Amino acid sequence: MDNKKVRQFKEAVYRYVFAVSALASLAFLVGIILTLFTQSLPILTERPFFDLLFGRHWYPTHTEAEFGMLPLIVGSAAVTIGAMFVCVPIGVGTALYIHELASERQRALLKPTIEILAGIPSIVYGFFGMVVVAPLLQDILHIPTGLCAFTAALILGIMATPTVASLSEDALSFVPTSFREASLALGANRWQTLTKVVVPAAGSGISTAIILGMGRAVGETMTVLMVAGGAAVIPRNLFDPVRPMTSTIAAEMGEAVMGSLHYSALFAVGLILFLITLGINIVAELISRKYRLKLGLGR
Amino acid sequence: MNIQAHAVQGMDGYLPGDRLPSRWSPRSRDLAQALGFACLVLCVLISLFFLGFLIYFIASRGASVISWEFLTEAPRRAMTRGGIAPAIVGTFYLTAGAILFVMPLGLASAIYLCEYTPKSYLVNLIRLSINNLAGVPSVVFGLFGFAVFVKGFGFGVSILSGSLTLGIMALPGIISASQEAILAVPQSYREASLALGASHWQTIREIVLPSALPGILTGMILTIGRVAGETAPILFTAATFYTRGYPDSIFSEVMALPYHIYALMTEGTRPELQTPIAYGCSLILLCLVLAVSALAIVLRQRQRFSYGS
Repeated sequence: MDNKKVRQFKEAVYRYVFAVSALASLAFLVGIILTLFTQSLPILTERPFFDLLFGRHWYPTHTEAEFGMLPLIVGSAAVTIGAMFVCVPIGVGTALYIHELASERQRALLKPTIEILAGIPSIVYGFFGMVVVAPLLQDILHIPTGLCAFTAALILGIMATPTVASLSEDALSFVPTSFREASLALGANRWQTLTKVVVPAAGSGISTAIILGMGRAVGETMTVLMVAGGAAVIPRNLFDPVRPMTSTIAAEMGEAVMGSLHYSALFAVGLILFLITLGINIVAELISRKYRLKLGLGR
Repeated sequence: MNIQAHAVQGMDGYLPGDRLPSRWSPRSRDLAQALGFACLVLCVLISLFFLGFLIYFIASRGASVISWEFLTEAPRRAMTRGGIAPAIVGTFYLTAGAILFVMPLGLASAIYLCEYTPKSYLVNLIRLSINNLAGVPSVVFGLFGFAVFVKGFGFGVSILSGSLTLGIMALPGIISASQEAILAVPQSYREASLALGASHWQTIREIVLPSALPGILTGMILTIGRVAGETAPILFTAATFYTRGYPDSIFSEVMALPYHIYALMTEGTRPELQTPIAYGCSLILLCLVLAVSALAIVLRQRQRFSYGS
């Protein structure tokens, strides 16, 4: 009798231990939100929110310090949008190739290769961009400096390609074979089947892949820190140096005095960045939920 | 002319058998297919080309720098001579610390989500947190680690702060890899164990976890590769440009391979001497990360054949 009670007690204890561990992710997420918010509170109370978000001047160390984040936000937007022009066609194209054209052997080789591309640390991409790609582009395009938004966008795009490719490939593989068979039976050729049936059916899955690739590009730090040039001004064209939000935090955190407005402003940049990626994730989640329902895959 | 043919003619003005002036006449649609497929091939070639280009440059320029001394000595003369041993050791400590912290936590979360049947709102909430945590930019983890571990708990810039920060960043990956491995264990295994009178926890410990172990290990190895290469989270929590010797406690700051590359390229006064060392560092880091992910990929391919599927 007693033995049974001990056993039941043990079971209950394990259950609680596991439940608490499972709540850790939630705790960390809430912790991150609270930390960002409390640390950026001084600047949020000191300066009007509108001026922070849309101010055109980021002079954090001047005596008359200004904390307009617009140049940083525009910088992030420029490199991210540029990166999308690289990673969407190449990523989706690669996924379509693997799905439609690759033989069994090619597939067994290509999928790990893409995973390896995804596994290369961002610092290596950044270093490579700095010592190889930037000088090369500077020569080819005759631009004043290779360290600019264009180079950063190019490398970020390559970095985001594996994310887009592997998630798109997953989406394509969820499309029921019967869709393809029906289309081919109606006399459509493989390309027509692919573009008119398979891709539309996998459409929202592919959009989720693209959105998550965008999230990866927005949050990337080391590459843009090393390659984007680092000038906190609103760029006039794609070949100007920029300082995206991530690299601003990484570059300035070391010199910001703890408790100063600058310190707080960097957390505010982190908060905005966090909210952007949160938004991106929520959109991706909503789309993929709808998509799973559409193909009858359940939740 | 029969009625059917008339009807067709009435519709479009063509008789059956007439060639339709479609956009997709046989020749043009074959051409479209050929062009389309060519574009897809091009996409793959671009990805492969870039990968090859990157590996070629780093390997060819980094190889000449690497020697036994490079791997086993500390940097000398303000980073312009000597090796990178302390950075390799530092990366090892940081990665090991992160794994030690996150492995039990991630595994326990996965067990709870898969083996116990929590209320659905709880599952949704946890799943949402995991997904969002996975999307948080690495530099934001760095900010969090700095405010909480370095300043809040007073751990200072140290291995401990860096490992905890890296661990939190790796948590979502560990949970989903473990979940996948646990869910792949056939339900019949559990039922057999429970039918023999084993308790819930005994079933998990003796049956589910051993069966899922290879999958869990693969996830862990992939995480090691990812954590070892991360720079942004340790930028303000653990890494430093130069230490005199090797770290002597978990509260000492460390050199780390990825941060060392960054520091060599952005600090110091002799770029012409520092860049070759950075090439060497990048090659070592690349080899390390690629070897680890290749190991994980091979392991996973083998597991595909388990459970008789």
